[in-house]
Amino acid sequence: MASRSKPRSLAAKNGSAATPTPKITQNGVATDGGSKEAIAVPGGAINAFVNETLYAPAPESTDHVRLEAKYPLFIGGQWQEPTDGGYAKTINPATEATIAEVATAGKNDVERAIGAAREAQGKWAKLPALERGKYLFRVARLIQERSRELAIIESMNGGKPIREARDVDLPIVAQHFFYHAGWADKLEYAFPGETTAPLGVVGQIIPWNFPLMMAAWKIAPALACGNTVVLKPAETTPLTAMKLAEIFQDAGVPEGVVNIINGGGSTGAALVNHAGLDKIAFTGSTEVGKGIMKALAGTGRQYTLELGGKAAHIIFEDAPLDEAVEGIVNGIFFNQGHVCCAGSRVLIQESVADTVVARLKRRLDTLIVGDPLDKNTDIGAINSREQLGRITTLVNAGVEEGACIYQPSQSLPSRGFYFAPTIFTETAQSHRIVQEEIFGPVVTIQTFRTPDEAIEKANNTRYGLSAGVWTDKGAKIFKTTSALRAGVVWANTFNRFDPSAPFGGYKESGIGREGGVQGLRSYLRFE
Amino acid sequence: MSASAPTVSTHLARVLDANGSAPTSPISGGLRYQAPSIDEVGVAERVARFRSRSIKAESKRAAIDLAMRMIDLTTLEGKDTPGKVRQMCAKAKNPGAGAPPVAAVCVYANMARVAREAVQGSGLHVAAVSTSFPSGMSSLPLRLEETRWAISEGADEIDMVISRGRFLAGEDNAIFDEVAQIKEACGPAHLKVILETGELQTLDAVRRASEIAMDAGADFIKTSTGKVSPAATMDVTYVMLCAIRDYFERTGRMVGMKPAGGIRDTKTAISYLVMVKETLGPAWLSPDYFRIGASALANDLLMQIVKERTKAYQSPLYFSAD
Repeated sequence: MASRSKPRSLAAKNGSAATPTPKITQNGVATDGGSKEAIAVPGGAINAFVNETLYAPAPESTDHVRLEAKYPLFIGGQWQEPTDGGYAKTINPATEATIAEVATAGKNDVERAIGAAREAQGKWAKLPALERGKYLFRVARLIQERSRELAIIESMNGGKPIREARDVDLPIVAQHFFYHAGWADKLEYAFPGETTAPLGVVGQIIPWNFPLMMAAWKIAPALACGNTVVLKPAETTPLTAMKLAEIFQDAGVPEGVVNIINGGGSTGAALVNHAGLDKIAFTGSTEVGKGIMKALAGTGRQYTLELGGKAAHIIFEDAPLDEAVEGIVNGIFFNQGHVCCAGSRVLIQESVADTVVARLKRRLDTLIVGDPLDKNTDIGAINSREQLGRITTLVNAGVEEGACIYQPSQSLPSRGFYFAPTIFTETAQSHRIVQEEIFGPVVTIQTFRTPDEAIEKANNTRYGLSAGVWTDKGAKIFKTTSALRAGVVWANTFNRFDPSAPFGGYKESGIGREGGVQGLRSYLRFE
Repeated sequence: MSASAPTVSTHLARVLDANGSAPTSPISGGLRYQAPSIDEVGVAERVARFRSRSIKAESKRAAIDLAMRMIDLTTLEGKDTPGKVRQMCAKAKNPGAGAPPVAAVCVYANMARVAREAVQGSGLHVAAVSTSFPSGMSSLPLRLEETRWAISEGADEIDMVISRGRFLAGEDNAIFDEVAQIKEACGPAHLKVILETGELQTLDAVRRASEIAMDAGADFIKTSTGKVSPAATMDVTYVMLCAIRDYFERTGRMVGMKPAGGIRDTKTAISYLVMVKETLGPAWLSPDYFRIGASALANDLLMQIVKERTKAYQSPLYFSAD
């Protein structure tokens, strides 16, 4: 037997893990260009699979993606030019190249969209419920048929890795339409003994982190319950909503049932302040959510708000640690951390903290940051320059507050908006990075001694959207989850979504639930 | 073999410092080995991420070359004959399509001499299954004797089986002792310890058996005999790789891994290599530390080699069937 070579990789990585990393730049951290020892396979050749950190590029082809140069407003089932709005460019955050121009709606355009929705609402609500369901099933199937194209556009316009758009976003989008299509003619069974009626016309404002998924979460239950909608996608990610408009056309959904208008804060404000709406459904920042509550107070118009989060992710000493490490990775690095329910505050029991942190650092070294359209990319581009700025500011604040930062030494693309996956250890409840939502690939790690301390720290926040618990003991799961004040609590997993599971927050994370029977309730009037 | 260990716990020091004699188990009486718990759902999710890696172009060609060099080309049938073994050895030395030779041939002990003569001078290893393969249902003295005989017949690698019945009955010490004694009987020959994960069934049991085998001196841990279904799975292999990683961190000793059975196509083999690379790092991407027990895989790799070269798939008829 040939004599065996000395261990290299783990020893090397243990070394680098102990070295605190350096100065932050706009795009994260510069590499230290660490020397790499080439490993020869028998026969003396250098093997690319063994010696290259990355794999050869595996880009998803964009050949069959059809995009117009310009998208007007989608009002009353027609593409209409804006009257008092204009056009804005939408870019690919991975390359900063313009993809298309999209109309932005002015006040008058908002008025027209709401008018079209109002006109369509009576007929839509009077359709036999089975028919409404049929339209939704048709939309769901068309989404499945075009899921590849939609996934690519979602990745191009928002920066998320194609793997996630393809394997997570699109399946969930289709599921939401299928699930709510099924409810359309069964509402009397969802609410036995109660008489329900649709609310009427609903204004829906969605964020840029899951553009198509959020559109599905909003539109599908609204339509199933007999409402019509005016949807405003986020300013930076309008394109898949435009494709969704085409799908509504192709599915023959009656004109005016779904209206989609783009625009920024002023368009959103015009929608929120319009007296002709019966409800506002909003997903976005807590700050804007508070503004919406103020604007709607006393008007009689309803609202549901899905806002920020700072989820506690608790790792007990008896947890399956390798899987917990993977849970932390899925919890915070999924979608570049642009997830309101991200597991951004990890709490680890002190007895296993060193082990978990060491394994997490090693796992970080294998995450591939880069071109979102490459099938091997784990972490794609940050959605916008503004968001990259916010992340950078907060990370710098963390360093200044004395937290210990770790980032893998992988180089980032020179163009586009990127931020290296980041771990902060030695953090405390009093740190800004622990209190504020960073909405990026940045996780803070704290330790605790007892279960009570973990629960206290987990609940010691203004937010309450989600939380996670890892332990091998079933009883501990139930005890902990019932003490956590969060709308969604995962046990031994994280960031799992299902249309039948209600999603929503406590405290400053929002009001109301989406998904499940509870989600239907907020699109109905009970008489 | 010795590497400077960052921390070596007391009982492991006994394993490592044993002066050629068998180590003793760190537990006594009816105590069971401590092993970390495993979450099966989490393992499946992690494995799905390895599978979703898309390996193309030069990465793919390099991975195929590497996979070929890692094969233990195997025949373990009651109807094996010197003729069959010699023909398989010819294939092992020269698989065709310009592919490199495989790592070893794996045969029953009574075929070890034929295999040794057939691969003489080629650098290929001869692995013999031993210890009353595949069940292990015999007395330890006989299993030790079989091991010594296999080595005298020309084997330089021994693939042993653990006594799954005793393991499942909670006799962790018995497993430790049999592995330690067989390792001693192996002398310079390398010992692969087959856990037969298809019979252990739970990932927690796989993890505990891996710990015992490594502590007792295994050079490799191996999933399966190929006689029980399921044989190797990525989930089981991942748990064993994690055990190897943790053992290395404790002791500084690199233990090898051999999934066997069920790896029939290139895509699956490459997914395994991705898993090794991302779990243990490139140092394990060598036939010294990773082997694939397979027979059908070789020809699928050959087909892919030719396909990469010509951009067209060839008929199986163009590849030797040994």
